[in-house]
Amino acid sequence: MNYARKSVYSYDYRRSPDQAASATVRRPVVVVGAGPVGLALAIDLAERDVPVVLLDDADRIGEGSRGICWSKRTLEILDRLGVGERLVAQGVTWKVGKVFVGDDLLFSFDLLPEEGHKMPAFINLQQFYLEKALVDRALELKNLDLRWKNRVAGFDRLNDGARLVIETPDGPYRLDADWLIAADGARSTVRSLLGLVFAGVTFEEKFLIADVRMAADFPTERRFWFAPTFHAGQSALMHRQPDDVWRIDLQLGPDADPAVEQEPSRVRARLDRVLKAGEYELEWVSLYTFNCRRLDRFVHDRVIFVGDAAHQVSPFGARGANSGIQDAENLAWKLAAVLKGEAGDALVASYDTERMAAADENIGHSTRSTDFMSPHSRAEERLRDAVLALAGKTEFARRMVNSGRLSLPSTYDTFLSTPDETPFAGTARLGAPLPDAPLSRADNSPTQLLENLQGEFELIYVKNGGEMPRAPDGVALTVIGEELFDRRGLFAARLDTTPGAAYLVRPDQHLCARWRKFDLEAVARAHRRALQR
Amino acid sequence: MSKLVTASQFSDPDAAYLALVQARRNLPDAAAAELDTRLVLILANHIGDLEVLREAITLARATG
Repeated sequence: MNYARKSVYSYDYRRSPDQAASATVRRPVVVVGAGPVGLALAIDLAERDVPVVLLDDADRIGEGSRGICWSKRTLEILDRLGVGERLVAQGVTWKVGKVFVGDDLLFSFDLLPEEGHKMPAFINLQQFYLEKALVDRALELKNLDLRWKNRVAGFDRLNDGARLVIETPDGPYRLDADWLIAADGARSTVRSLLGLVFAGVTFEEKFLIADVRMAADFPTERRFWFAPTFHAGQSALMHRQPDDVWRIDLQLGPDADPAVEQEPSRVRARLDRVLKAGEYELEWVSLYTFNCRRLDRFVHDRVIFVGDAAHQVSPFGARGANSGIQDAENLAWKLAAVLKGEAGDALVASYDTERMAAADENIGHSTRSTDFMSPHSRAEERLRDAVLALAGKTEFARRMVNSGRLSLPSTYDTFLSTPDETPFAGTARLGAPLPDAPLSRADNSPTQLLENLQGEFELIYVKNGGEMPRAPDGVALTVIGEELFDRRGLFAARLDTTPGAAYLVRPDQHLCARWRKFDLEAVARAHRRALQR
Repeated sequence: MSKLVTASQFSDPDAAYLALVQARRNLPDAAAAELDTRLVLILANHIGDLEVLREAITLARATG
């Protein structure tokens, strides 16, 4: 039984002049896979004046889409790429999660208790809407060449790049790339063509995932049940999406038979118990198991893996597409700097270091959540049940309850950062994205800190009397107390500022150095270090 | 350096043992096992030191 998605956007295949060229054409960057990750990367590169070819084997989006939860950090990245506000307006904003045991509320949590952030903790939005927004943005960029129905069929390693054979409706053609980026998902063709091992753990547990359309007034929050009466002995998850669509995720155990479990009558019987009668329409149903695994390295000479092509996690915690988009943002500025001759290949190697650590963190969280939800033995189940039994009465046990640890950005413990010479309090951490904060302009109009960090190295200086610093070449300067003002004091609290303090921020908004006192030579050194120059 | 204390700390060890015995008296096996599991979690959190917990786990596994 196939449940076809209704919202599908189609695009036209167009013959590229590269296909008729007498000699094989060479491009600086070719990205394979126009999913959220490939699109985000291609847009980021194009905005940095790097010409990009983006290939996709289909000519439509919206089929087999799974991701629905987009995290605050992802939205901040997408805001820099020009689609953040559109997505927030379109999506369902939520920040409260509730955990039930049986039919009783165990506890609820608030993911963004802090004010003054532009982006919410999470929005829920069907992946095809996000892809549509990114495709619209991609089509606005002249140096982004998006080629539908271009399927990679062959790969040859070049000393300084990659040669592809690409199948199209007009037959095959060759294309060379200085850098090839594989964003082609969990079943990556590029990974297969390179013969790389994709090792990890496969979980036996099967889950039924259903998107149903119904008019319901359930609250806008993430609701997770351990052993509810409507789904005995297993776990259940419910999420709201736009268009009156609800995502329902039911654990079925290791022995569920995919053929039987996807029968509409069977699915409806299960959902009737969840939804307590009422009218609903099945939008999409699928049965899945999942893997936690990653490649040994993401950078293979001039071929770089991002997103699911590089690593896979369970869906609990929204760490798949969100971490992929963070891969893309980590790689984009580095690759652009290398292609412009501002940095050497060592900077690309730092993508490997930083994003492999992030992948390990995600896989760790994902594995622990899965272990909690589907214990491996009777003894492990007893331990889990003991935590649930104590959680109603004790805080320590509540903190052990794991229904998915929701995606947070990684803090890079990285050689690109310059260690602090003096201690800093506040929530800003070296190697982490700067926390957003509300600011105002000279005319008193409101703005946000992150809106003012638009993808360059940035030195943020806190005004100290009349002294004005100078930023080194290649670093933009923002002075707080001159063009931007911290009237509410939240910027000062989050960054633990003192007059004259200076903060060096990477193009991906991660903090890489900070000082109590400005020193041009120290800033220049930290900038060179962050570029591995 | 071991952080786990294995020297006796109760002034009346027999009374401590008795309390543990009484906790499970007349309980079926499964219920006793569940009680022990909750007890492990409560005491582990009270200790609040992962290193001590790991040493205790090692000792328990080695003596079974």
